[in-house]
Amino acid sequence: MVSYLLIILLVASIASAMAGLHRARRQRDLATIKVHSRPIYHALNAAIWTGVPAFVFLLLWTLGEASIQDMLVLSSFPGADQLSGPERDLLISEIRQVQAGNLFTEPSPEILAAVDHLKSLELIFNWAMVAVAASLASIGAFFGYRIIQDRYQARYSVERSVTWFMIFSSIVAIITTLGIVSSLVYEAYQFFTKVPFAEFFFGTRWEPQIAIRADQVAGQGAFGMLPVLFGTMVISALAMAVAVPTGIFSAIYLTEYADQRFRSVVKPLLEILAGIPTIVYGFFAVLTVAPAVRSLGLSLGIDAAPNSALAAGGVMGVMLIPFISSLSDDAFAAVPRAMRDGSYALGATKGETIRKVLLPAALPGIIGGVLLALSRAIGETMIVVMAAGLIAKMTLNPFDSVTTVTVQIVTLLIGDSEFDNPKTLAAFALGLVLFTITLGLNLIALQTVRKYREKY
Amino acid sequence: MSAAATQPAVQTSKRGTAVNWQSSEMLALRKKRYAADRRLQAYGMLAIFFALGFLVVLIGTLTFTGYRAFTQSMVTIDIDFSSAEINRENPMESNWRTIFRKAVIDDVGELSRSEERDYFSMFTSSAPFLIRDQIIADPSILDGRASFTVPMSDPIDQLAKGLVDTDLPENQRRVNDKQIELFNKLEAKGAISQPFNWGLFFNSDSRFPELAGLAGAISGSFWLLLVCFLISFPVGIAAAIYLEEFAPKNRFTDLIEININNLAAVPSVVFGLLGLAVFLGWFGLPRSAPLVGGMVLALMTLPTLIIVTRASLKSVPSSIKEAALGVGASKHETILHHILPLSMPTIMTGTIIGLAQALGETAPLLLIGMNAFITSPPSGVLEASTALPTQIYIWADSPERGFVARTSAAILVLLGFLVLMNSIAIFLRQRFERRW
Amino acid sequence: MLTDTAIETKLSSMTNQPSIKMRGEKVDVFYGEKQALFGVDLNVPEQQVMALIGPSGCGKSTFLRCLNRMNDTIDICKVLGNITLDGEDIYDPKIDVVELRARVGMVFQKPNPFPKSIYENIAYGPRIHGLTKSKAELDEVVESSLRKAAIWEEVKDRLQEPGTGLSGGQQQRLCIARAIAVSPEVILMDEPCSALDPIATAKVEELIDELRVNFTIVIVTHSMQQAARVSQRTAMFHLGNLVEEGPTDKMFTNPDNKLTQDYITGRFG
Repeated sequence: MVSYLLIILLVASIASAMAGLHRARRQRDLATIKVHSRPIYHALNAAIWTGVPAFVFLLLWTLGEASIQDMLVLSSFPGADQLSGPERDLLISEIRQVQAGNLFTEPSPEILAAVDHLKSLELIFNWAMVAVAASLASIGAFFGYRIIQDRYQARYSVERSVTWFMIFSSIVAIITTLGIVSSLVYEAYQFFTKVPFAEFFFGTRWEPQIAIRADQVAGQGAFGMLPVLFGTMVISALAMAVAVPTGIFSAIYLTEYADQRFRSVVKPLLEILAGIPTIVYGFFAVLTVAPAVRSLGLSLGIDAAPNSALAAGGVMGVMLIPFISSLSDDAFAAVPRAMRDGSYALGATKGETIRKVLLPAALPGIIGGVLLALSRAIGETMIVVMAAGLIAKMTLNPFDSVTTVTVQIVTLLIGDSEFDNPKTLAAFALGLVLFTITLGLNLIALQTVRKYREKY
Repeated sequence: MSAAATQPAVQTSKRGTAVNWQSSEMLALRKKRYAADRRLQAYGMLAIFFALGFLVVLIGTLTFTGYRAFTQSMVTIDIDFSSAEINRENPMESNWRTIFRKAVIDDVGELSRSEERDYFSMFTSSAPFLIRDQIIADPSILDGRASFTVPMSDPIDQLAKGLVDTDLPENQRRVNDKQIELFNKLEAKGAISQPFNWGLFFNSDSRFPELAGLAGAISGSFWLLLVCFLISFPVGIAAAIYLEEFAPKNRFTDLIEININNLAAVPSVVFGLLGLAVFLGWFGLPRSAPLVGGMVLALMTLPTLIIVTRASLKSVPSSIKEAALGVGASKHETILHHILPLSMPTIMTGTIIGLAQALGETAPLLLIGMNAFITSPPSGVLEASTALPTQIYIWADSPERGFVARTSAAILVLLGFLVLMNSIAIFLRQRFERRW
Repeated sequence: MLTDTAIETKLSSMTNQPSIKMRGEKVDVFYGEKQALFGVDLNVPEQQVMALIGPSGCGKSTFLRCLNRMNDTIDICKVLGNITLDGEDIYDPKIDVVELRARVGMVFQKPNPFPKSIYENIAYGPRIHGLTKSKAELDEVVESSLRKAAIWEEVKDRLQEPGTGLSGGQQQRLCIARAIAVSPEVILMDEPCSALDPIATAKVEELIDELRVNFTIVIVTHSMQQAARVSQRTAMFHLGNLVEEGPTDKMFTNPDNKLTQDYITGRFG
C-alpha cells in the first residue's frame, strides 16, 4: 500500500516538475526584466512542494499508525484498562495474530470483536492516509505551480530546502545516539522494576534461564552480571595479549625496518584480516582453533573445555592485529623525522631509536589505539557467540569456558522477544552496561589520540 | 687504533675526555647493541609471519572444507511410469512417495524390510517431489521410461566424496554396510555423478544439506544493502557537506562531530538492540524484514561514510571553490557542480567499502530475527528473509555433517562478494582518484 | 677549472694546515636519479671551525650529512667517492656506523630535543654507548656537557622538566650539549641558528667559538656574517660543486673565484 503511494507520489512530483519547467520557460521568454532563477529551479521547487510534505507525512504515518491503532483497540476492549503493561502487550499481539489468520485456538468473542474493530480501524486509517497524502500533494503542486513568476526567487527556496535536508541529515547521528540511549535506558528501567539494582550489579550468579518458568515470580532467576562481565574481561584480556604485541611489533617492522616493496605488499595483506567478517572468524574458531586448543590443553594435562576462552580470545586477538598495527603505524609515522635524525646522529642503532625515542613519543597514540581495540574486543559479538560458552563462570583458566556480555545479549534475544519477561529485558540492561563501557573507552581513546595529535 | 685496545674506554687528555671506541669493552657492548637491534627486527618479522600465517591457514582451511560443497553427488534413475498408479488427470493428487519407492526398488532386486528403509534413505527425502515437479512440467514423460537425476542424501554424499571411513565399525558411522554395498552397485552401473552444485546458488534454505542453497540469503543480502545504500548514501553525503561547508563552528556542531566519532565505535550488537527496541518494538515494523535490517546497517554505516566524505571534500583545493564563487555561482551550486563531482570517486570508494562491511555484519541482524528458517527468497523489503552472514550462522549451528562443508562454501561465497566489492573500490580509487 | 681549484685547495690546506681531521675525495651523491654533489674534494682541519656556504640547494647540507653517514637513513640516497676520518674510510663496510656517528656528532637546523626531560636528553647518548659506569658518573657527564654548551646555569634547577619546554635558543644549546655528551671528535652543525632569534644566535655563535678548543666543527650556514664571525676556513658550494675553499679571511676579502665574490657581496643567492 505505502509503496504504491510512494511511487504515485514520485510520478506526481516529476509531473509537477515538468509542468513547472514549461511554465517557467514561458515566463522567462515573456519576461521584460532579468528573471531571478533559471527554469530548472522553478521546476525543482514545484517538485519539492508536491512531493516532500506528502512524503514526510507518509513516513510518520506508517511509523506511528500501528501503535495508535493498538491504543484505540485496547481502549474499547472490555477490562483492558485494568491490565498491566506486559499483559496489554500480550493481548494486542494475540489480537494481531488472529487478525493475520494465525489461529491456534478458537479465540474468545471479545477478541473477535476487537479484531473486527481493528479491521475497521485499519480501513479508516488507510483511507485517511490516502486522503491526507493526496491533498498535501495537490495543495503543494497547486502553489508550487502558481508561484512561478519571473520575480520569484525559486533558487533560494530550493537551496533552503536542501539546507534543511542537510541539517536533518547531520542530526541523524544525534537521533541515533538518543535512540540507543533512550531504548536501552527505558528497557533497562523496566528490567530494574523486576530485578533489584544491587542484585544485577553485584550479584555473582547469572542463571537467566530459570526465570522463564511460567509459575515463577519474575526476578527470582539469578541476574548477577559480575561473572558475565568477568568472562568478557578474560576473553578481552586474552585477545589483547595476542593483538597488542603482534600489532605493535608488526607496525615497528613495517614502519622502521621494511623496505618500500615489502611494506606495499604486506600492509594490504594485513588489512585483509580486518576486512574478514567476524562470523568467519567465529566459524574458524569453532572449526579449527578450538579443537587445536583442546588437544593442546589435553596434551599439557589440563582438562580443556571444547569452547575454551583461549580459542575465542586468541582468534579475536588476530582479528584486532591489523587494527592495532595500523593505528600504531600512524602513531610512529606522526613522530617527526627530526626525532629519528637526532637519535641516529648520536650513534643510536635502529632498535635503540625505536625503543627509546620513537616508542615513548608514539606511546599516547598507541595507547589510544589499544583502548579502541579493547573497546572492540569487549563489544565483539559473533566470534564469542560461536566460540565461547554460555555458562557464566568466574575462572581465570584460559582453557575453561566462560561467557561474555555480548553472548548473553544474543542468546537472550534470539528466538522470542516479548518485552515482558526479565530474561529479555536483562539483555537490554547488559546492553546498557556494554554501551557505557565502550563509550567510556572510546571517549578516553579519542581524547588521548587528539591530544597527541596536537603535540606534533 | 687497534693497538689501543687495552687502554681504558674513556681517557682524559688535554682536549678533555676522549673515548677509545676500539677497546674490547666497547666492541663487546656494540656487539650486544646490534644483537638487540636484530632481536627487535626478528620479533617484528615473527609478528608479521604469525598474522599472515593465520590468514593463510584461515583461507586454506575454509577452502579445503568448503570446496566439496561446490559439487553434489547425484544419482540417475530410470523409471517406467507406464504401469505406475498415477492420477493422470491431476498428477498432484497421486501418492508420489509410493510411486517413487516402487520405481527405485525395481532396480536392485530383493531387499528385506529394514534394508528397504536403508535404501530409500540414500536418496534425498524430497526426491519424489522433485520427480513430481518434473512430470508436472512435462506430462509426456508419463508415457514411457525416463531417467531422472536427483541428489543423494547427505551421508551418501559424504560417502561418495570419500569422507566416510569405511574401516570403522558399522555402528560408528552414519552409513551402514548394506548402504555401502548398494552404493557400490549404483556406482558400478554408472548411475552416480558429481556435477557442479548449482543448487548452492539457486536453492533456498532447507533442513537437508543436499538441498540447501544460498538463493534466499543472497537476495536477502541484496535487499539489505539496497536499503542501506538508499538511506546512508544521501544522508551521509548531505550530513558531510553540511558539517564541512555550512555548519557554524559552535558547541552544537562540536557535539555532532563527537557523536559521529563515537557512533563509529559503538559495538554492532548495540545497534541490533536499537533496531529491536525502536524499529520492531516501538514502530511495530515486521520482524526479519530486510527493511529493518537495512535501516540498522545504514545507521551503522553512516558515521564511516560521513567521515570519508568529509575527508574527500576537505581535500578539494579551496582555489576551485573560490573560482566558482568568483564567477557568481551560489554556494550550493559551487558544491553541486564542482566540489561534489571532484570528490565523488573517493566518496564512492568509501561507500563501497562501507557496504562491504555492512554485508559481513551479523550480530544486529540476529537480534532483529534475520536468522529465521525461510525456504523461499524474499521478493521485497518487507518479507521475512535471511542474509548471507546469518545463513552462515544458521548452517554453522546445524548438526548435519553436510552443513560443515556448506558453511565453508557459504563463507567462500561471502568472501567472494567482499573481494569483488573491494576490487571495485580499489579500481575506482586507482582510476579516478586524484591527488591535489 | 674546478680540478685546479681542488688541487690548489689541497695544496694550501697541506701547507697551512698540517692536521686534517676529515678528508673528502671525489664525493658524488645521488638522490635516486638526481645527482646532488659532483666530485667534491674537501678537507676538514682539526680543531677549527669550517663553514660551508652557498645558495640553497647547492649541496652543502648534503655534503655535511655525508660526513657522519646520516644520508644512510634516506633509502634512495647513494654516496660515491671517498671520505676519511683520521685516515679511515668511513664508507668502508667494516666501519661501524654507530661508532662513526658517536665520533662525528650532529646538530640540526631545527632544535630537536627528545620529548623527555632535560637530563634524559643529555643522558641518552652516554647511556646507549655505555660511556658511564655509575649514576654519579652520568650526572657528571650531564653537568659537564651542559656547562660546555653554556646552558647549565639556565637549566640546573629544572633538569627533570621536559626539554621541549625550553625556548628555541635554549633547545638548540641543549641539542649541542646532547651531542657533546658522547665526546665526539667532530661536530657537524646544519644551519644551527636559522630557527633562532638574533640574541639566541649570538649565544650559540659564542658557544661555537668556545667549542673549537675541544672539537672540530663543520657548520653549514646561510649567513655570510655568521661564517665570517665563527669560522677559520670557508668552503663555497654552488649547484653541487665545490667552488672555492680557503681561510675565511681570504675568502671574504679576496676570493679567487668570481662566483664566490658575487655571492659574498650579495649579487645572488
